[in-house]
Amino acid sequence: MRHIISILIENESGALSRVAGLFSARGYNIESLTVAPTEDPSLSRMTILTWGSDDVLEQITKQLNKLVDVVKVVDLSEAPHVERELMLIKVRATGKDREEMKRMADIFRGRIIDVTETAYVIELTGASSKLDSFIAALDAGLILETVRTGVCGVGRGDRILKV
Amino acid sequence: MISGAEIVIRCLQEEKVDCVFGYPGGSVLHIYDALFKQEQVKHILVRHEQAAVHAADAYSRSSQKVGVALVTSGPGVTNTVTGIATAYMDSIPMVVLCGQVPTAYIGQDAFQECDTVGITRPCVKHNFLVKDVKDLAVTIKKAFHIAATGRPGPVVVDIPKDITAQMCDFEYPKSIQMRSYNPVVKGHLGQIKKAVQMLQEAKRPIIYTGGGVILSDASDKLAQLARKLDFPVTNTLMGLGGYPATDRQFVGMLGMHGTFEANNAMHYADVILAVGARFDDRVIGNPEHFGGEKRRVIHIDIDPSSISKRVKVDVPIVGNVADVLDEMLKLMDGGFKTDPEVADWWKQIDEWRGRKSLAYRQSEHIMPQFVVEKLYEVTGGDAFVTSDVGQHQMFAAQYYKFDKPRRWINSGGLGTMGVGLPYGMGVLMANPDAQVACITGEGSIQMCIQEMSTCKQYGLPVKIINLNNGMLGMVRQWQEMFYSKRYSQSYVTSLPDFVKLAEAYGHVGMKIERPEDVEPALRKAFTEHKDDLVFMDFIIDPAANVFPMVAAGKGLTEMILAEEL
Ligand SMILES: Cc1ncc(C[n+]2csc(CCOP(=O)(O)OP(=O)(O)O)c2C)c(N)n1
Ligand SMILES: [Mg+2]
Repeated sequence: MRHIISILIENESGALSRVAGLFSARGYNIESLTVAPTEDPSLSRMTILTWGSDDVLEQITKQLNKLVDVVKVVDLSEAPHVERELMLIKVRATGKDREEMKRMADIFRGRIIDVTETAYVIELTGASSKLDSFIAALDAGLILETVRTGVCGVGRGDRILKV
Repeated sequence: MISGAEIVIRCLQEEKVDCVFGYPGGSVLHIYDALFKQEQVKHILVRHEQAAVHAADAYSRSSQKVGVALVTSGPGVTNTVTGIATAYMDSIPMVVLCGQVPTAYIGQDAFQECDTVGITRPCVKHNFLVKDVKDLAVTIKKAFHIAATGRPGPVVVDIPKDITAQMCDFEYPKSIQMRSYNPVVKGHLGQIKKAVQMLQEAKRPIIYTGGGVILSDASDKLAQLARKLDFPVTNTLMGLGGYPATDRQFVGMLGMHGTFEANNAMHYADVILAVGARFDDRVIGNPEHFGGEKRRVIHIDIDPSSISKRVKVDVPIVGNVADVLDEMLKLMDGGFKTDPEVADWWKQIDEWRGRKSLAYRQSEHIMPQFVVEKLYEVTGGDAFVTSDVGQHQMFAAQYYKFDKPRRWINSGGLGTMGVGLPYGMGVLMANPDAQVACITGEGSIQMCIQEMSTCKQYGLPVKIINLNNGMLGMVRQWQEMFYSKRYSQSYVTSLPDFVKLAEAYGHVGMKIERPEDVEPALRKAFTEHKDDLVFMDFIIDPAANVFPMVAAGKGLTEMILAEEL
């Protein structure tokens, strides 16, 4: 099962390596990991996309909670939440492909944020599956580069992760 | 204002640390200078940093205090890693203070630089790099606090040299608040009630206890509870002494080399009360072969991640063992009654006991089991026994009947050969008048043998019981049983003359080759040579094996017993 773990952690140097080290030492999967300071700069918020059985997920959250720097951990995917990922994708845009790329970006509600004679950079935000579909919809030979932020997410309504 | 180095020492004084184990070097010279100028904190100069950490670890295991080690940067730190990992696996509270190259040099591959925080991260409870002298005192305070609370463990504080030279006002915080670290103490009352109910319903109960009982100083409470319930009790290797081994209700150690009765009782129990134990692979064998469908488990542990990690738990209780047992006892005050069918269970257990799974054959050689039995007699069962890792460790655990906690000092989790002698040093520093025996093998003892020199310097009269089979016995046993007797690299040739070696270090050496000499030699060591380190080289039967044995990957009832061979 796919899970999104949100972590509030002291914004200390080395905090990221404690979390990453825990995952590799115990053989847990990390599909993606994002981290940045919160509105309170002494705290960072990390989002980890992982998968595993319920037992593994129980261990992951318990082990994360055990890290001395970790303030709070929730499994966002246990309850209603919204999630987003940002992708920048650079595509070849010459000849007839130039028009086609523009059209595809529009269909997926992407934005072209950089234009040169031969290439576009398209920005696309959404659920990871939408980004996957966009990539699948393009002619693979025209994709020059992709960069994705990894998933971040937040619980809906009153579900708030804060100290 | 005082220097960072003086702050370090003042912090140790504030923490009432009476001794640290260490080894100096460039990056800790300021600290050693500050140490020199005072008397409150004693320093034990070891001969290898690994031993400093092991000694600090045993200091902690054998008392209730936090052990402290002090080492220099780079190789000083890398030498400590085995010791830190050993303490981590057994949840031993300890603070390791490490020198580091000056702040401005960090990351430049400076002389004796290593990434201490990075290298130790996976084997510490927490670690710190001090970046500002103003943070030094509070960081050390945090280190002691984290090491000793919750599930205890080692904490490393990495201190760059320039910080020990800078001046700062000193104020030691009285207490520490950390929003990210608030270990639970009290168990959930509703869960405890459920547990008490389940204990009343049990027909084939077992109390299974581990190192958590010892770490939380809960053995008195455990004894009260066990008496009240009249249920059988088994201990893990780490839990020995948590319940008196000579008590009628004690069925012995369980696990890979557990007794027939303990392993069967654990397997066939309908209710398991697990207290500060973690169902690890050496204890329950293969979890898929462990216990029946209807078995129910109550698990008390301070670390939630230990619960339902390997075995599904029905009543999890997260809390400090002593506090939870206390609550349980209170709830059992009125109208508590156990099931009468437990009497039948006891009959079954007594039948299992009848197999006498620890009986062993005498031979013309000295049997290792016999040495441990005699040691038990000669020391009145009251010694602190440290051990190394191997067959001798298991013989010590099986045949020395520990009635008190903190008397059995061994590396259970990591299984580190070499701990025995430095453990003896740590025990003696914490318990200066104690009888201390280090049960070891000719393989293990050579891994930290240089510490005989430290023992000489500080007059630490460890009695080294070398069960010398000329073999890496435990390795040999596995090769005999599972590798068709292909004894690949398990035979130790060119052993030193241990008697002469002991004498060369200024100690007493004895070589004992006949069974009838065992007891007199031990008596002599513990009376006439009470204040000496005595190296007793017992030449034992090289064919002796440890039984019962549950082979790796098997279930607890699939035991190989001595008489079956
Ligand atoms: C540092 C370390 N290296 C290797 C091992 C693997 N090992 C476990 S027991 C053992 C043999 C120990 O031999 P000895 O100390 O003579 O004890 P014996 O089994 O003969 O009683 C070995 C090599 C270990 N536990 N620790
Ligand atoms: Mg040996």
